[in-house]
Amino acid sequence: MKKAHWEKNLVELIRRTSTDLPADVEQSIRKGLRREKKGTSAHDFLTMMLENAAMARRDSVPLCQDTGTLTFRFTVPTGFDTNGLASLTRNAVSKATRLGVLRQNTIDSVSGESYVTNVAHAAPVMEFLQGARKTVDARLIMKGGGCENVGRQYSLPESSLDARRDLEGVRRCVLDAVWQAQGRGCSPGVLGVCIGGDRAKGYAHAKEQFLRKVGERSDVKVLARLEERLMRDIRRMEIGPMGLGGKSTALDVKIGALSRLPASFFVSISYMCWAFRRRGVLLGPEGGVHRWLY
Amino acid sequence: MIKAIEYPFTEEKTRGLRVGDTVSLSGRVCTGRDRLHQFLAEGGTCPVSLRDGAMYHCGPVVMQEGGKWVVRAAGPTTSIREEPYMADLIKSLGLRVIVGKGGMGEATRLACRDHGCVYLQTVGGAAALLAACIERVDGVHFLAEFGSTEAMWELHLRDLIAVVTMDARGHSLHRTVQRKTRKALNELLGE
Ligand code: SF4
Repeated sequence: MKKAHWEKNLVELIRRTSTDLPADVEQSIRKGLRREKKGTSAHDFLTMMLENAAMARRDSVPLCQDTGTLTFRFTVPTGFDTNGLASLTRNAVSKATRLGVLRQNTIDSVSGESYVTNVAHAAPVMEFLQGARKTVDARLIMKGGGCENVGRQYSLPESSLDARRDLEGVRRCVLDAVWQAQGRGCSPGVLGVCIGGDRAKGYAHAKEQFLRKVGERSDVKVLARLEERLMRDIRRMEIGPMGLGGKSTALDVKIGALSRLPASFFVSISYMCWAFRRRGVLLGPEGGVHRWLY
Repeated sequence: MIKAIEYPFTEEKTRGLRVGDTVSLSGRVCTGRDRLHQFLAEGGTCPVSLRDGAMYHCGPVVMQEGGKWVVRAAGPTTSIREEPYMADLIKSLGLRVIVGKGGMGEATRLACRDHGCVYLQTVGGAAALLAACIERVDGVHFLAEFGSTEAMWELHLRDLIAVVTMDARGHSLHRTVQRKTRKALNELLGE
């Protein structure tokens, strides 16, 4: 392993994620802008979001100052040294923090003190999978606290919403979550939804949906239909950008499903703000870049 | 039309604003988040006067470059977390402008009405754009105690764009949208 290469390219992955809004997200904000009337705060705010994205990219500064929880997902070849990769990743995070690409954003929950390097137990979050390729597929999602706080988990049946254990029940939960969030998750956002699983896996799988591109529908037909239906429904709510009214409330809805126990039926909903930071890269065995993803 | 307002934010200026107005804000603004609000609410002394001043709910990314502080990112943070403290601080410190995102609750709405304060919402996440409105950093307080994100940064702004979402007449755009969208939700759930 060429340490220097790895570290340099992992820092670059973090830099791109923090400063360069993915094209699919930007396009969908632009599409939303066309639906809003000029002179409304919805139009103004979406315009500012796009200006901000252009500026962050040009000046290589964070899109949002809440550089969020960093979740890395590595898919590595058989026999790859994942401990080594984990320690290189932690170094890259600490370096990216020194460079101002990341904010000092990690707090000790007991003492209240700040970890100046953003490296702590389980921070950054890292997941390792084994894949068939010879390259390492490294993906990073950065998700801030504002949108994380408005995520919700429902245990069906939920009588207050008349939500039963079926897809109509799921639809009701998603609509409720969007309403509860109002603009606090920095709308327009993307909803990651998981039907089933246990509480922990439910949220994890909901977040995995954020690896899918905005605008892509689920391969599972019924879920794709539900995604589309929810997009139409959410548009009618008119919460708008930052919750001040308007048509752009959600950029997309992504639904996945896991098996469940007979006794449980969870619907887990994770909210991703418009500053949707997601990047990926394929790295060779020496840490060189094969290809950037997204 | 954009209304320009500049520090000091006198009651006369703030009372002239209505929900829905777009304003461009210039002059001195101090940042504050959870630690600072709690500290001040528990009787801690404020190191600078906030009379006719503005509090920005923001935890910026600040770097030291050539002996000077440079703000790299400075978008708003969620304001509702400061709801338990805000009304008291508006009253005791004489704050007239609060800048943040997501709006605030009933106590703040009433304090705004009674003490001539307004709440401005900026675009959450627009950190680069908003950082570009910061002309300079005039000082920092509690840096060692609270850390860089939670510290109180004294910023000098030029034309920060925001929308008045809570005015000094007791109106709250957040409340209006919440009610309207509740109706829409009920319709959708009735289908
Ligand atoms: S929700 Fe997203 S855009 Fe809003 S402040 Fe948090 S990270 Fe930034």
